[in-house]
Amino acid sequence: MLDCTPKEIKERSGGVINPAKTCQPIGAMYAALGIRNCLPHSHGSQGCCAYHRSHLTRHFREPIMATTSSFTEGASVFGGGGNLKTAIKNVFAIYNPDVMAIHTTCLSETIGDDIPTIIKSAEIPEGKLVIHANTPSYQGSHVTGFSNMTKAMVSYLAEATSETKKEQVNIIPGFVNPGDMREIKRLVTKMSIKFIMFPDTSGVLDSPMTGKFVMYPGGGARVEEIRDSGNSMLTVALGAYASSDAAHLLERKCNVPAMTLKTPIGIKATDEFLMTLRGKFVREVPYALEEERGQLVDAMIDLHHQFHGKKVAIFGDPDIVIGLTEFVLSLGMRPVHVLTGTPGGTLGGPQDIFEKEITEMLAKAGIEGRVKAAGDLFELHQWIKNDPVDLLIGNTYGKYIARAEDIPLVRVGFPILDRGMHHYMPIVGYRGAMRLVEMISNALLDRRERDAADEDVELVM
Amino acid sequence: MERCDDMSTVNLLKDQLVEERKSFIVVKGRQKNQLKCEADSIAGCVSQRACVYCGARVVLNPVTDAIHLVHGPIGCASYTWDIRGSLSSGSELYRNSFSTDLKENDVIFGSEKKLARAIDELVEKYNAGLVFVYSTCVVGVIGDDLEAVCRAAAKKHGIEVIPVQSSGFIGNKSAGYRAACDALLRLIELPAGKLPGRTAGSGGRSVNYLGDFNLAGEAWIITNYLKSMGVDVNVVFTGDATHQSLKKAATASLNIMQCAGSMAYLARRMEELYGIPYLKVSFLGLEDTSASLRKIAAAFKDPEMMRRAEELIARETAGVRPVIEQYREKLRGKKAAIYVGGGFKAISLVKQFREIGIDVVMVGTQTGREEEYQTLHDIADDGTVILDDANPSELEKFMLEKGAHLLVGGVKERPLAYKLGVAFIDHNHDRKHPLSGFVGAINFAREVYSTVCSPVWKYTRGMGGVLHAQE
Ligand code: SF4
Ligand code: SF4
Repeated sequence: MLDCTPKEIKERSGGVINPAKTCQPIGAMYAALGIRNCLPHSHGSQGCCAYHRSHLTRHFREPIMATTSSFTEGASVFGGGGNLKTAIKNVFAIYNPDVMAIHTTCLSETIGDDIPTIIKSAEIPEGKLVIHANTPSYQGSHVTGFSNMTKAMVSYLAEATSETKKEQVNIIPGFVNPGDMREIKRLVTKMSIKFIMFPDTSGVLDSPMTGKFVMYPGGGARVEEIRDSGNSMLTVALGAYASSDAAHLLERKCNVPAMTLKTPIGIKATDEFLMTLRGKFVREVPYALEEERGQLVDAMIDLHHQFHGKKVAIFGDPDIVIGLTEFVLSLGMRPVHVLTGTPGGTLGGPQDIFEKEITEMLAKAGIEGRVKAAGDLFELHQWIKNDPVDLLIGNTYGKYIARAEDIPLVRVGFPILDRGMHHYMPIVGYRGAMRLVEMISNALLDRRERDAADEDVELVM
Repeated sequence: MERCDDMSTVNLLKDQLVEERKSFIVVKGRQKNQLKCEADSIAGCVSQRACVYCGARVVLNPVTDAIHLVHGPIGCASYTWDIRGSLSSGSELYRNSFSTDLKENDVIFGSEKKLARAIDELVEKYNAGLVFVYSTCVVGVIGDDLEAVCRAAAKKHGIEVIPVQSSGFIGNKSAGYRAACDALLRLIELPAGKLPGRTAGSGGRSVNYLGDFNLAGEAWIITNYLKSMGVDVNVVFTGDATHQSLKKAATASLNIMQCAGSMAYLARRMEELYGIPYLKVSFLGLEDTSASLRKIAAAFKDPEMMRRAEELIARETAGVRPVIEQYREKLRGKKAAIYVGGGFKAISLVKQFREIGIDVVMVGTQTGREEEYQTLHDIADDGTVILDDANPSELEKFMLEKGAHLLVGGVKERPLAYKLGVAFIDHNHDRKHPLSGFVGAINFAREVYSTVCSPVWKYTRGMGGVLHAQE
């Protein structure tokens, strides 16, 4: 039987069973792909890089390009400096990117390679850039890796060059799909506000079929834009875990005020996002967006009776899960199990944001539930066995639990390895929320009809 | 020797190959050169090649009732969680992901205690008789004494806890195959009484089947064929294998080996240790399947077995041929490019494509060995491009130049083919239908047909009529 999880819950201290996270470098690799003409580089053994690329390929169904330092035994004894220097030379000679974005791996971190010093002594062609982020996987998760690489964009590239700040906003979208990034850009454009988004993987990982293979598909944040982010009057970091650190660094470095908002999933978070922009830039929310919002509310009302009181378990990356939890609460559902694999706070930032935020939301709604950061899916499964739910929301790995407990699964988050289309279709903004309403409603109704006796099957629901 | 790995050199010069790479590519009938292969990758290339751990995990993962514990930081375990389609007839324990999830402190102060705790907790929970503990790069550097921890745990729980020395940087995937084989050898028990004779004919009728991971149930198909010939499969390495079945591997009288890349070492060692001879076989395509079944019957020197083999071949072929013929009609004139992991698979695929009437215009592998390239060269048509460890620009160049309609490859090649407007089938671990044996030949033809002849390719031309790829 596929279900090997015992119901009885016991304290564990020897590691993870069925993880709800993965390692930092893959997040760093993903973030780096959000710079135009950038080649991510993995400083470590070739195996890590191959895994990260395959995993991203499975999720995005796109070619993922990244290079590796190809450590061998020698490098692991004497350090990987030589490998990295050779790599820098080869990368520019062969692949000719504008930017090479180096992230470390557990191995190079353990050996203790000093990347900035190595970069300084490497030959870098005129006009080309090398940036780096330290991404040891024995801290944090893939979300931390994304955050660290985004921070590196600020520390290496952002500059304050003008006396007065420009009327433009920096948006750090967080670890979301290219379709979400597109949608966030559309919302800001509709607000008639000039913006700089970084990283921005739209146009890179959702590029069209053209009959050609190109190494750098043309999307992504341009280096000049990231530079100019130091001159913006505000940075909006969407998601405390993936985006906050970079925004705060930009504040310290270039004096650009930072604001952290939730990833705009659901009506409340999207409202907050747009209201913030409206307030800071003195703009009216255009009718087009009011209309979208109205449609969303209309949909929520039309279908609310399906949602009310339904128990749901949610897992995935902290920023996404916070947004989802808030949204299902606004639909009248009861998120009784909420879990992320990513550990507590942000590095150097406030601790336990995840558990605190979710616990507050649940308390406000009068719901008793279990909340955990740094958990795993084995534990979530045990929770569900002890306190069953009507619906599971999370990434592909939820399918084992869904099957074992015979509950519907709505796939949201990273990675999704067994369904297509998700990286094109947003879950953020009002439209994204409508899509979530549709997915959740369909999942619940499909299940009800599957289980219904003949006489209970209704045409109109 | 310095060189770039498979996915390198994209922007490189569309019509002119990098000098360094030239010796890795030959065109049949044009050059006399030996193809270079089996070299290491250099730093700064887009490498497709996997690590030691990956190789070891591929081989051992199908052992269904084992706890596969990855000792290292979380990623190594996350990426290998149930990504291979090996089927089980019993336990599904192997489809869970177990990691010691090393943290900073573990790396600084050592992680032996944590590992021991992890084993204790898992054994208590799952009541398993076998634990594989995989070491990863970090563990290799911090120098945990895996052997000692495993020995102690084995003693404490009265089960087998086998360390797999698979730190990623000590070599490549092949080193991992070897590490896995070493782990398997530790499991095999010396049978009581005398060893099975040195010739297959003497006495027993049971074989071990090496190098089938039971993807989509392939090992079961072959096991059934053999059964109908009167041959018992003792244990498959490692498709649908269990702790107990592996232990008695030394009781078989013959090893048949399919995936030589991962299993040659094990076959040789079993011959040395237990006197079990081995035969190379392949069950991909009608031709290879029939030849292999005959070869096995011949090894047993049993006329009755040969008769039954012929009967099986005749019966199955009669069922399959007409279907293949239909597909052949539809696929006439189509051209295929092959880019797979091992040489054995590439060779079989060339033959299989011939069976369904498709010309192979390009064939390459990631890790093919010299003698395999020789065979490829011998069986390929004139003009076929043969290359070792190709990169996307090379794949693109030759596919387009040679007008390939189809690429056979692994995970990372799929989106590349699609971007070029070329059809694709996965002949790797992501395959969803058995491609082995007689029924596999039909599945193969059907899969090729359903992608090559899909109407979606008609729309690859943009609205302005600008190319997007072939028609
Ligand atoms: S070693 Fe570290 S970086 Fe590499 S895959 Fe494992 S966890 Fe990720
Ligand atoms: S750390 Fe080593 S063992 Fe793990 S994936 Fe990377 S190369 Fe392989």
